[in-house]
Amino acid sequence: MNNSSKLKRVLEGGGFAVTAECGPPKGANSDVVLKKAEMLRNKVDAVNVTDNQTAIVRMSSIAACSLLKTAGLDPVLQMVVRDRNRIALQSDILGASALGIRNVLCLSGDHHIFGNQPQAMGVFDLDSIQFVQVVKMMRDEGKILGGDDLSQPPDLFIGAAANPFADPFDFRVIRLAKKIRAGADFIQTQCIYNLYRFERWMGMARDMGLTDKAYILGGVTPLKSPGMAKYMKTKVSGMDIPDELIKRMEGVPKDKQREEGINICVETIQRLREVPGIKGVHIMAIEWEEVVGEIAERAGLLPRPVFG
Amino acid sequence: MITGEQKPIDEIREMIAPYKRILVLGCASCVAECAAGGEKETAMLASTLRIAAKMKGEDVLIEEKTLDRQCVRDFVILLDDIIEKYDAVLSLGCGAGVQAVAEMFTEVPIIPAINTEFLGETRDQGYWLESCLGCGDCMLHHFGGICPVARCSKQLFNGPCGGAMDGRCEINPDVECAWHLIVDRLTKFGALDRLENIYPPKDWSKKQGGGPRKIVREDQQK
Repeated sequence: MNNSSKLKRVLEGGGFAVTAECGPPKGANSDVVLKKAEMLRNKVDAVNVTDNQTAIVRMSSIAACSLLKTAGLDPVLQMVVRDRNRIALQSDILGASALGIRNVLCLSGDHHIFGNQPQAMGVFDLDSIQFVQVVKMMRDEGKILGGDDLSQPPDLFIGAAANPFADPFDFRVIRLAKKIRAGADFIQTQCIYNLYRFERWMGMARDMGLTDKAYILGGVTPLKSPGMAKYMKTKVSGMDIPDELIKRMEGVPKDKQREEGINICVETIQRLREVPGIKGVHIMAIEWEEVVGEIAERAGLLPRPVFG
Repeated sequence: MITGEQKPIDEIREMIAPYKRILVLGCASCVAECAAGGEKETAMLASTLRIAAKMKGEDVLIEEKTLDRQCVRDFVILLDDIIEKYDAVLSLGCGAGVQAVAEMFTEVPIIPAINTEFLGETRDQGYWLESCLGCGDCMLHHFGGICPVARCSKQLFNGPCGGAMDGRCEINPDVECAWHLIVDRLTKFGALDRLENIYPPKDWSKKQGGGPRKIVREDQQK
């Protein structure tokens, strides 16, 4: 079995990558993870495993990644700096690599005030950009912060997130540049609904030569209902959902709304494939992993190519 | 200044319940500026406690005094003549003031009447804002005079995060995004390119890790 990152092989081989998201359960049941693995098998190149997303306590991302790896999928370990200091982060990076996990996505994390442990102490010892830099140093120089040598460096394809929809807009591409300079090999973006703004941001990224330095995967999330769209627009910070999309969701009968959400998602992917510099899509079907295959199929992304 | 807010009166009443002769002790420095423990607030709290005791028919002596600075021994020593009269001190000083009094008068319980909160500035009448974490290694010159450690909810050194919208923080629209302010400020004096550098991990050993921090200056010692 090839033990390298499949995501890396696809991207380096020039393929248009497809990743999906798997949220671990709020419990110790491995079967939930394995069931999601079956839904995503052969539909995507790699599967991101969220790290206590929205600051709700769930099975650890490393454990769920390990389960996916054993099931033969290529997991992307999401790691947030909210819950671990630099000792724990570096230690978990080594552990993840030892478990055969080959991709990591370095994130700040949703603030703990939103979750079910608002009394927790937020750590934020490193920020996400510093974390990317540390993982790169561990991998490429075999050193940890402070300069001590590792007996064996971790083998990881390093990712970071970008949100073209947050403010201040003009600074967003500078931040992307910093993440890439810190060592991000690939970028997964926030869910794209406002394609106009996304294309503007991509244009700026291309002008700075960033699309040649890292693989940018556009994020998409199928909407389930107009209510979900409105909630995301008004309650989730850093989300940009144009009113036309909400109207479009409202314009179909209730029993067709999910289908319409999938239609929008497929159309978005088709538009994204035309954007110069985009190297793949990241399909975040939140607690709706079963539609990922259908979306990939209808967007013409199946069967997944084999590289290396 | 160090800011704080008075604890709820019921909590204060519960803490002082075992005692019969209580000195309510204010501080005329920081906690006076933030209207939590100065002379005025001390008089008001003592009066409120006396009325409450009277209404419940409790036989309690409650008196008040305000020191110029509760955290400085030269002032705390002024209690030497009167402290014996009381079986407890209810302090409206900050945590440092409470401990300075406790350190000097070890026989008397010192009870905190305020919750000490943060190092901040008076923004407006009745509005105080946290602006410093006392990290021991000031970096304000890098960030246009706005501290990302104290004022960014995620303590980012390379912000803003993806949750910043319209200059507001994702945790609450009432909270300004510190990084939006930093970007605006540096743009104003043409130094935005400074933020293209990756700011390295902070050395937190200057804030914590070695027990309570202390400053010892021989030039100031007699």
